[in-house]
Amino acid sequence: MKLKMFVNAALFAGLALNQAWAAAPADVSPEAAARGLEIAKEVVRRDDGWGDSKVSMQMILTNKHGDTSERQIRLQSLEVDGDGDKSLSIFDEPRDVKGTAFLSFTHATVPDEQWLYLPALKRVKRISSANKSGPFMGSEYAFEDLTSFEVEKYDYEFLREDTYDGQDVFVIRTFPRYPKSGYTKLEVVIDQAEYRTLKIDFYDRKGDLLKTLENKAYKQYLDKYWRAHNALMVNHQSGKKTELIWSGYDFQTGLSDKDFNKNSLKRAK
Amino acid sequence: MKKLSLLLGLLSAGSLAHAMQYSGRVGLETRFFTDDSEYQNSVLAEPEFYWEDASGDNNFTVELFGRWDELDDERTHFDVREAAWLHVGSTWEMRLGVSKVFWGVTESNHLVDVVNQTDLVESPDGEQKLGQPMLQYTAIRDWGVIDAFVLPWFRERTFPGPDGRLNGLLPINADEASYESDQEQQHLDFALRYSQSISVFDIGLSWFKGTNRDPHLVAYSEANTPLELRPYYDQMQQLGIDVQATTGDWLWKLEAIARDDSVRDYGAFTAGFEYTWVGFAGSAMDLGLLSEASRDSRNNQAPTPSEKDVFFGTRFTFNDAASSDLLLGYSRGINEPKSYALFAEGSRRFGNNWRTTLDARIFNGERPDDPVYQFNDDDYISLTVEFFY
Repeated sequence: MKLKMFVNAALFAGLALNQAWAAAPADVSPEAAARGLEIAKEVVRRDDGWGDSKVSMQMILTNKHGDTSERQIRLQSLEVDGDGDKSLSIFDEPRDVKGTAFLSFTHATVPDEQWLYLPALKRVKRISSANKSGPFMGSEYAFEDLTSFEVEKYDYEFLREDTYDGQDVFVIRTFPRYPKSGYTKLEVVIDQAEYRTLKIDFYDRKGDLLKTLENKAYKQYLDKYWRAHNALMVNHQSGKKTELIWSGYDFQTGLSDKDFNKNSLKRAK
Repeated sequence: MKKLSLLLGLLSAGSLAHAMQYSGRVGLETRFFTDDSEYQNSVLAEPEFYWEDASGDNNFTVELFGRWDELDDERTHFDVREAAWLHVGSTWEMRLGVSKVFWGVTESNHLVDVVNQTDLVESPDGEQKLGQPMLQYTAIRDWGVIDAFVLPWFRERTFPGPDGRLNGLLPINADEASYESDQEQQHLDFALRYSQSISVFDIGLSWFKGTNRDPHLVAYSEANTPLELRPYYDQMQQLGIDVQATTGDWLWKLEAIARDDSVRDYGAFTAGFEYTWVGFAGSAMDLGLLSEASRDSRNNQAPTPSEKDVFFGTRFTFNDAASSDLLLGYSRGINEPKSYALFAEGSRRFGNNWRTTLDARIFNGERPDDPVYQFNDDDYISLTVEFFY
């Protein structure tokens, strides 16, 4: 019985391999694509130079019955010139995963590199970064929602200027270019004054609205860098939601490359 | 011991009082052996203390483990899993004390991982390890990481006692261990490891010279006493390599060793893959498929069950709020399909602090010289409930 299950699963696995890359629809006009790209570049340009940061992140998961569970994570990040960021996440709660740590090197064009540290076995495991669409820690956030934003990872389409929550905004569409995304497109609301991402609608592989993310409580650091301190991700299809609350942001703390390797992963506490 | 008391003196001077963490787990385990309907109940505790100084350059970790078992005096045991000071320099680290290290990449067999002794009373899969006294120096360079170990005290393997379960056909008298070296447990062992990540590859090269963590079990009998097995720890030297290639959804894994012990020179390897299907069949679940083959040049003389074996595993990761998971495993001799072991390990969280684990194992050896044969009457299902704090 078990063997039969194994064989069937292996067949399905073969089929899944044929999945193609998501691509931008051909009907996006060159003008709309160029203007969308310009806005994305400006978002990145305005966030350039923050160096490194430390922050605590609380995650509150709520199911459709209203039951909640919490995760507590400390996050260290390092900006890398000309490439994606490096980050180290340390889990404090739930207590059975305390001490688990996750090291990620985001790259703009080649696949990300990721390692997981399992404290019970003192084991560092290189893990596949192909997992984009899977849920992070049982939440409504997918792995691809939590990696650093790189311009090259998407195609763009400018939709319109609008107002949102009393602010003048741009509304653009982004189309993931990397393989295995759970999304066909994202509709992103960016404020015109500071180029902060206020809201994202995520559309699933069938093109249906899947989730909505709202970023709130933005504060500015070092007179330049805006960070949301509260975010709500609502899954319209499952009725579940995840709230993120960031606290204790600290910038330019002196973190460097040596704080983001397999050794620092092993000793992360 | 002197070094430890010096270190504790430093601690009390307050130099490490900056950040402190206290955590751990307590648990209840009940194992039910299906062949004779016997229960084996036990309780466990594993507290951990961690101190770090203001600079973050020095820390001290203590992790203790204890289990009380109602049947087995040998399984009732206490161990210092970790009691070590770690100093972190800009391109180097130094660790002094009792600690644990893990080497390797494969799941069904751990050939290169030879620094820590196996705490076999904990689980027949050998995944649990005893703390090892060590001085470890780590050099971190762009071209890779070098770890050098001096291992001043040898830890003997734990074995289930005569009143316990999973204790084999003949009783193992671990109190009568003998050694090839006159220095016995005081023999100074050394190890070196080089590791590096290069694009999709994670590579480790390792060398170990010292007391063999895997004892030879020697039959022993005196007049009027029943036959028993006694561990004999010889000297060995081992070269090891472990490689993982991470390409898309596939992990390709290889571990290989060349070992020279007092009996013979031999080689062994384990190789295989792990494939993960994210969002299996349109669900939020991940399905992992694992397969590994093991080969040992000693063939039937190998004391391990993996001399010519194949392993298949299926891992379900539910990605739910309770972090539920289930791993099904099946291993058998490549040429002996009737000798096999089956296991299922599943766990989920309740609330924020509780976790339950269900573990079932079935052993079926066909011939008495199959290593799995000794556990034929020890099929079991176990339930563990743990509280984490």
